[in-house]
Amino acid sequence: MLNEQLKLNQKIFEKDVEMKPARDGYGEGLVILGEENQSVVVLSADLTESTRAEGFAKKFPERFFEIGVAEQNMATIAAGLGISGKIPFISSYAVFSPGRNYEQIRTTIAYNDSNVKIAGAHAGISVGPDGATHQATEDMAIMRVIPNMRVICPCDSIETRKATLAAGNMWGPVYIRFGREKSPMITSNETPFIPGRAEILWNSSVNGKKPDVAIIGCGMLLYNALIAAKELENEKISVIVVNSHTIKPLDEKTILAVVDKTKAVVTVEEHQIAGGLGSAVAELLAQRFPVPMEFVGMHDTFGESGKPSELIEKYGMGVKDIKEAVRRVLKRKNN
Amino acid sequence: MSDLHEEKIKYLEGMANRIRERIIETLLEAGSGHSAGPLGMADIFTALYFHILNHNPKKPNWPDRDRLVLSCGHICPVQYVTLAYAGYFPLEELKTLRKLNSRLQGHPHRTALPGVETTSGPLGSGLSQAIGLALAARLDGKKYRIYCVASDGEHDEGNFWEAVMFAGKYKLNNLTLIVDRNNIQIDGYTEQVMPLEPLREKYEAFRWNVLGVDGHNIHDFVDAVNEAKAIYEKPTVIIAHTIPGKGVSFMEGEYTWHGKPPNKEEAKKALHELRTLGRHIESEHE
Repeated sequence: MLNEQLKLNQKIFEKDVEMKPARDGYGEGLVILGEENQSVVVLSADLTESTRAEGFAKKFPERFFEIGVAEQNMATIAAGLGISGKIPFISSYAVFSPGRNYEQIRTTIAYNDSNVKIAGAHAGISVGPDGATHQATEDMAIMRVIPNMRVICPCDSIETRKATLAAGNMWGPVYIRFGREKSPMITSNETPFIPGRAEILWNSSVNGKKPDVAIIGCGMLLYNALIAAKELENEKISVIVVNSHTIKPLDEKTILAVVDKTKAVVTVEEHQIAGGLGSAVAELLAQRFPVPMEFVGMHDTFGESGKPSELIEKYGMGVKDIKEAVRRVLKRKNN
Repeated sequence: MSDLHEEKIKYLEGMANRIRERIIETLLEAGSGHSAGPLGMADIFTALYFHILNHNPKKPNWPDRDRLVLSCGHICPVQYVTLAYAGYFPLEELKTLRKLNSRLQGHPHRTALPGVETTSGPLGSGLSQAIGLALAARLDGKKYRIYCVASDGEHDEGNFWEAVMFAGKYKLNNLTLIVDRNNIQIDGYTEQVMPLEPLREKYEAFRWNVLGVDGHNIHDFVDAVNEAKAIYEKPTVIIAHTIPGKGVSFMEGEYTWHGKPPNKEEAKKALHELRTLGRHIESEHE
């Protein structure tokens, strides 16, 4: 059942669950930050409306900078602002930022320890009809390997708002990635969000049965993970679902405690299985607590045009795929 | 008009020569690094740190200081030596350049060494960082100025022109760009590797105020910097024509000296030239 303490959206399993694009939360977070802190500035690379930086741009025009289609310039101007006492947020699609401006982020933001927040919108394959050129499925990997970079992948619009606020209030470079499409609200305004702390969203072992498998996920696919967990109850498979919204630094304590109970893990992310959340969890478990693992995500392939839901199914990240991964890992655990 | 009198110019020229000598010694000790660019920019760095910049080596983080952003990080030996002579850290420390546990990294690192304003080395991204500093100064209503030193070769980078466009759009009059126009880069002469001319017209087209000077004439360079301060509607670029390897005859104008240090023999020869001021004086000082 859902973790009551987290005050998650109670309508989550209902047909009319509220849907909202995660990027809306980024826009809302920027406006709140702008009101709270004069040092917050926002830069956009010609994608102000679609990344939802527009609200901030209209409200605080003197603190908004339109860079044009120039992501490398955006990152490096932000680097200069960030070492001058400002808190710059740079907004584009994740494919372009941190994709095209990778070296600038590495050298002038991370190594230079500049207080810049990188917002990668349109992350994942659910970008849909735009096709593979605009579907970022490698962004967490390239950000996670940079020293002094934090990586957050929130699960819905509300959590994206909270992640934006948290990024603005913590020191140092942060990468936040979020999707384009409307996605179900998993959390509520009351759900706690602490960067670096994973939360147990679901635990079907409360009635005394030992949990069989941990699903550790991030981003909007956590909704599919929750549906899968609920449906697996019918097969008498009990699952713990962990929201590991912070990929770096990973909440090792929570993950190890959960895996100690389940002894089997499935990771779920809208990203290549190489280098993302699954890899981060595997690195941890390989060193501290090796158990069978299965990875749900993109398997070394590019996406294509299509409806978001079609793409999630075709590329193996649907409810059915998560359930199959759970059954597979369970088989390996019991052998 | 220049605010320099003759005695000060003489002092600055003497200092520039000491800086050149120290660059040679430092590179010899390091065993790797770039020779031509640092020697060519010694006059300009001397003018900046000993006359132009409003700064305080004892308070490197003084909020109202002028900022110098070195975009072409590979010429950092000239910046390190100048910073040391200006009093940011002991001259002795120059011996640690490029060695383990040193604050003097092979390319400058902001959080390692006082006086270094940004981390640089990968080319083409210093001007945009300087723009970030200039925007912050403008937002805060601060009067300090931002200077950016860039190489001609790094104009090959797309990021560089993105920054040029932006500074023109936002009319960043608190920003002065100094281009080290020494005509060489690693693979050869700039006009062969990737032609940059007509450089002046390119900047003018991007809404910049453009000045050209002899980068070894401290008087003219200071005049140009002062002129830039008086321009209100545009950022200014000073295209400083310099001779790579300046002061050491066998290095001057030779692109092969772009990216290597002198060996012991070559350093001895170079130091002899610098210490006798190109054999204009007889006695060599130590």
